[in-house]
Amino acid sequence: MPRAEKTFRKESPVSAFLRAIGAVAWKDLAAEFRSRELFTAMLVFALLVIIIFNFALELDISTRRSVTSGVLWATFAFAGTLGLNRSMSIEKDQGSLDGLLLAPVDRSAIYFGKVISNLAFMLIVEAIVLPVYSFLYGVNLLQPGLMLILLLGSIGYIVVGTLLAAMAVQSRTRDVMLPILLFPVVIPVLIAAVKASEGFLSGGEAAAIVPWLNLLIVYDVIFTSLAFMVFDYVVEE
Amino acid sequence: MQAKPAILKVLDVVSVLLLAAAAYLALVFAPTEAVMGQVQRVFYFHIGTAWTALMGFIVAGAAGIIYLAKRDEKWDIVEVAAVEISLVFFLITIVLGSIWARPVWNTWWTWDPRLTTAAVTELIYIAYFMLRQGIEDPNRRARFGAVYTIVGAISAPITFFAIRLFRTIHPVVIGASDSSAQGTFAMTGDMKVAFFFALFAFTVIFIDLLWNRILMGRLASRVEQLKLNLTS
Amino acid sequence: MIQVRKLVKRFGTKTVLNGLDLDVREGEFVALLGPNGAGKTTFLRILASLSQPSLGEVRVAGHRLPHQAAAVRARLGVVSHTPLLYGDLTAQENLRFYGRLYGLSDLTKRIDEVLALIGLTARRGDLVRTFSRGMQQRLAIGRAVLHDPDVMLFDEPHTGLDQDASAMLDRVLKSVAAQGRTVVMTSHDLARAETLATRYDVLSRGVIVASTTRQQLRNSNLLAFYKRSLAD
Repeated sequence: MPRAEKTFRKESPVSAFLRAIGAVAWKDLAAEFRSRELFTAMLVFALLVIIIFNFALELDISTRRSVTSGVLWATFAFAGTLGLNRSMSIEKDQGSLDGLLLAPVDRSAIYFGKVISNLAFMLIVEAIVLPVYSFLYGVNLLQPGLMLILLLGSIGYIVVGTLLAAMAVQSRTRDVMLPILLFPVVIPVLIAAVKASEGFLSGGEAAAIVPWLNLLIVYDVIFTSLAFMVFDYVVEE
Repeated sequence: MQAKPAILKVLDVVSVLLLAAAAYLALVFAPTEAVMGQVQRVFYFHIGTAWTALMGFIVAGAAGIIYLAKRDEKWDIVEVAAVEISLVFFLITIVLGSIWARPVWNTWWTWDPRLTTAAVTELIYIAYFMLRQGIEDPNRRARFGAVYTIVGAISAPITFFAIRLFRTIHPVVIGASDSSAQGTFAMTGDMKVAFFFALFAFTVIFIDLLWNRILMGRLASRVEQLKLNLTS
Repeated sequence: MIQVRKLVKRFGTKTVLNGLDLDVREGEFVALLGPNGAGKTTFLRILASLSQPSLGEVRVAGHRLPHQAAAVRARLGVVSHTPLLYGDLTAQENLRFYGRLYGLSDLTKRIDEVLALIGLTARRGDLVRTFSRGMQQRLAIGRAVLHDPDVMLFDEPHTGLDQDASAMLDRVLKSVAAQGRTVVMTSHDLARAETLATRYDVLSRGVIVASTTRQQLRNSNLLAFYKRSLAD
């Protein structure tokens, strides 16, 4: 006597899929909102890196302007790995990844849910770092065009990062593994994001920016599709 | 346990002979290039090893996809073999590239698209082996290897295009259309002979090495199995 | 409800389950006993669709694993010795999360029912981090019955619990089982297993070596039976 009919909602598979993604994303955000461990770590780290850059690259105003993009993206890349590592470790250490895998939903829903929460964390950190950087170095970074670049670049980074973090966390050398796996394959994102940001900050000629935006979009689309297809292989046993 | 198949032994000999012949063509037969001088001869080997590395790259990516589809261990062995060969040959390519670059452009390294992508691909390969190293379960090791190979196989070409968009000082050889790049040269007939023969020789060398390495992989797998049968 | 034929599970070259056969009828409460390393957890993970068989057939609730895994998961509730709960969320939020993930209707009502069943209504708004292990286990069971599954799998649920907590857990287990569900529970605690279950199977070295029911055991005790089946 299957009890299933009354217990489960009647909805289309797509709707169920989206609901599962929402549940996973909400869970991560709610839990993090309570403890703020991950987020604090990322933010403090990012701010420290920015400050270190100031001493490492003693620069006059004009040179500073030209390295801003590079410094920002290097910072985000490093801080990002902290967040990614932590987000996956939580599931692995408590064994709660099994809890997610037991749900009668497509495994990729877990992936997309994680991407959304990881992306949210990264974007929030960026949203705080931008004004701080603007304040410390007298460069106005609070511009919508720049935010678009930040968004596209972060998406590419997190999409690949979440997939690779799921693998890294299952290896013995888990903490060092993620940056080593991630950075070589995420270079196109960094190049494109830095060049687009540079182009934007130094005048905003379309020809200097648009090709890079296109590259970011292509990268994002390709890797989101790829991750969707292979995530199952990464979490199954 | 199978012995090495006769045809592979023949291929070994053929590969060595082809390498010798290619060396002759590159070092003796081909004319000396007008601007760069003798050092330009490195180019034939540089292209050859780059070609081998590239074939390894493609085979690795394909093997990764096939492994995930079929879950047959033999494709994992092919994948590891291809990555190893590609790793070594990209390294040789980079070194030869440096040897060529120094006298011609007065620098050991140029951040041009091809060379930089080769370096990034090297890092991907190293990450690949480190990942495999840290995983106990052979099934998981193979799965993760395949996934990462596919990620790398897609990412590296995108890196190439990104850098190309970025800058270039790598010589354009075939056709010499962009002679504003320093160190460009056009190939004469004899040079083309040496060039294409090098490509051919290194293709054969790649197949020979890949085959040998796959056999080694199978033997290693068999040894593991025997070891565990003995101890359990 | 559960049919297993010739189940084999290998990790690399190590064989953990070696041609296991099992039949569990609807409504039975089976205690799966066996020494450490016998393969109990591995077997339960395969039934839970978390691990894939190397060979053999597994059917749960009429669906084949691994092909129809999603259908099986909807009818399956699993409690392992890690609680699978999120410490930074409240009991209620944990249940709400799983309820939404599973796509349950009437979720609020269902959560109230489950909290009452496991005796945690008073603590529903407290962070799971603050719960004792016993309370976490009860909440874990609550999570597992939320979607009203037909089949329940428990992997050593009494691990780490003191007497009082274990007794409370037994009460919950009994009421959960009483609702007509099919239960498979692995355990080291023979006395507990004897009172909770109605059937006892012994897993040793990858196969089921003995099986008996409470009725059949009437004149002897489980410990003696267990020792005897391992001695062969």
